[in-house]
Amino acid sequence: MKKAIVFVTALAAVVTLGLSNVCAGSRDYVSIVGSSTVYPFATVVAEQLGKTTSYKTPKIESTGSGGGHKLFGAGVGVQHPDITNSSRRIKKSELEKDIKNGVTEVVEVKVGYDGIVVANSKKASNLKLTRKDLFLALAKDVPVAGQEGKTQPNPNKTWKDVNPSLPAVKIEVLGPPPTSGTRDAFVELAMEGGAKKIGWIKALKKKDKSAYKALCHTVREDGAYIEAGENDNLIVQKLEANPDALGIFGFSFLDQNTDKIQGSFIDGVAPTFDAIADGSYPVSRALYFYVKKAHVDTIPGMKAYLAEFTSEKAFGAEGYLTDKGLIPMPKAERDKYRMVVKNLTPLKLSDL
Amino acid sequence: MNKPESKPKTGAPAPVRTMDIVNKGLARRYRRERRFKAIGLIAIIASLTFLSVLFISIGSKGYTAFEQTMIQLDVHLDSEKIDKDNLAVANYLGMVRTALKKSFPEVTTRRDKRKLYRLVSTGASYDLQDFVEKNRHEIGNTISIWVPADDDVDMLIKGHIRRDVPQDQRRMNDMQVSWVEHLEDQDRIKTQFNTTFFTGGDSREPELAGIWGAACGSFYTLVVTLALSFPIGVAAAVYLEEFAPTNKWTDIIEVNINNLAAVPSIVFGLLGLAVFLNFFGLPRSAPLVGGLVLTLMTLPTIIIASRAALKSVPPSIREAALGVGASKTQMVTHHVLPLALPGMLTGTIIGMAQALGETAPLLMIGMVAFIVDIPGGFTDPSTVLPVQIFLWADSPERAFLEKTSAAIMVLLAFLVTMNALAIFLRKKFERRW
Repeated sequence: MKKAIVFVTALAAVVTLGLSNVCAGSRDYVSIVGSSTVYPFATVVAEQLGKTTSYKTPKIESTGSGGGHKLFGAGVGVQHPDITNSSRRIKKSELEKDIKNGVTEVVEVKVGYDGIVVANSKKASNLKLTRKDLFLALAKDVPVAGQEGKTQPNPNKTWKDVNPSLPAVKIEVLGPPPTSGTRDAFVELAMEGGAKKIGWIKALKKKDKSAYKALCHTVREDGAYIEAGENDNLIVQKLEANPDALGIFGFSFLDQNTDKIQGSFIDGVAPTFDAIADGSYPVSRALYFYVKKAHVDTIPGMKAYLAEFTSEKAFGAEGYLTDKGLIPMPKAERDKYRMVVKNLTPLKLSDL
Repeated sequence: MNKPESKPKTGAPAPVRTMDIVNKGLARRYRRERRFKAIGLIAIIASLTFLSVLFISIGSKGYTAFEQTMIQLDVHLDSEKIDKDNLAVANYLGMVRTALKKSFPEVTTRRDKRKLYRLVSTGASYDLQDFVEKNRHEIGNTISIWVPADDDVDMLIKGHIRRDVPQDQRRMNDMQVSWVEHLEDQDRIKTQFNTTFFTGGDSREPELAGIWGAACGSFYTLVVTLALSFPIGVAAAVYLEEFAPTNKWTDIIEVNINNLAAVPSIVFGLLGLAVFLNFFGLPRSAPLVGGLVLTLMTLPTIIIASRAALKSVPPSIREAALGVGASKTQMVTHHVLPLALPGMLTGTIIGMAQALGETAPLLMIGMVAFIVDIPGGFTDPSTVLPVQIFLWADSPERAFLEKTSAAIMVLLAFLVTMNALAIFLRKKFERRW
């Protein structure tokens, strides 16, 4: 019994010692939060930094774009993250909140592009879809043919109902849940892009923006769109098991699994590295990270991390990030953001 | 049964004997018993089947992760390029690439060279640097060194990338496969036990990724959990069982403890975020905070198990102690507690095993993160084993699939060990009255 008491006291002492260390209040590594889409690229850069320099490897949390901005904008100080990754541009409201909390200077860095692919199993035939097809197949409400301004709950059961040139296969799409940045981007680029092809919906945008958004951005809930969780590997496995189903995920997962799945053509363009890089593939988005300028000089390794990420050997046309599936920006844009990082030009509210 | 029945008296109905009723229902009762046993057996067989399917699928996917493909390179350690006073600055990557180029002189275009360089892992240059630091006398010579292969080559060798399909259907094109086959012909490719997997931290390169960082994080977290939850849990149980009066308040406390045991673990994570991070200002991603949160989660389990252990100590022990003049504290510390301790320890170990496998509450306090450096203390950023599994399962690289399964095997091994220890302790120290 006495031994047990001694043991417990010793453990308690160790814990208190740990606690007292905390109160010292400094941090010698870069803390990064944000999008799960940028995570695979940021981690590679962080690891490179940790292995080739004397700085500690930055810590990267995958919190999602929205969660990242929330943590990032909470204030200035070592307990708050230095950088947030984002698979979309920062919102005006988010920047306003940052400034209110004392994060007055935020530097925006665009790192490259990511394509969102609609893919199916190699056992099935390759589909040639348009964005309009995707809208008509996946929106909750779709326009009634021939009647302008009228909508009905989505009656389409098979792809043939959507577009006679497509096979008569049941509509079954596995995709990410609403918390995902991939879902936001898919809805915005593919579904809204498709809806705009219908004349009166495009006109609706000017008349009644909220009705337009509700129509374009609401995904059907009758089982045709299946929320498959954030894990894209799982979607790939499910596609293999069910050749009729389609899946929605980031380009890097298609790139890694070309033996199992194939990307559908969208508006006549196949999702290839080159097509996304030159902008001809319509469903692609820009990836960003945002830097707290106030931390650049106080946290060791910040400048090195920024320099590493924006170096030609990382995010350049043949950099190591392209091996991981990042689609690089054109040279002029890369040079522009390298200068932004060099001068640490903060983002202005009027830029958004 | 075989006795002839006595002749019934005229007119009156035969009296029904109990034995007849029993005999009539006997076949049905046997049937029912057989059915009941069969259902129980089926239940056990079903659960064992599920378990073995799980183990087989994890094992068959993961066992290859314990091996790593290595490539032998003849590297010339140019004495002009290596500064003997400062070994760290030499261009080791360049030397590895020169060695590759020498093996395949026919590769000339820039595009193909990039593909060629990708045969070996980016970790090759670190291995070379290590070698040079240990063997300074070799500078100036040409040495032959085994370096890890890239994850794609590894997958090809292990058969996860098929060679017999057209090249647009796999990640490596025919040219890359022919290079690998050329190396195989020269016996320059071998697989060996993957020590990196057990000694390395996380990495985005599957061939360099290891679980040691996560294992250390799990260790620090569990130390904090154990140091806090065991004394608090046992003290609470002893007070409630031995000292507390039975009234409305203790009933309420009891209901609440039982309730707390069933609260989803993510709720404890939210509590940890609000209290430990936001109010006390403790660092994010630290095992200290993870341990505190898991303490909250395991406390009810330990309290309930400890109370059950205390209850099983017969009252005669207490009465005898009090009878010879021991105080209540002496009775508890000298007699009841030692007898109840094995049961308490069993409960604690099971609670710890639960905490070891937990991810949800750690999500909220930032322990779901990419951390390469091995944590060296309670406040260093770190992650834990199940989180590492989660992060690998989410990575696009094909080679992480086997790493995921292998990490699951390691975690299961820990869990089995802990549960076996709990059973061993119970068997060894348990007393029957």
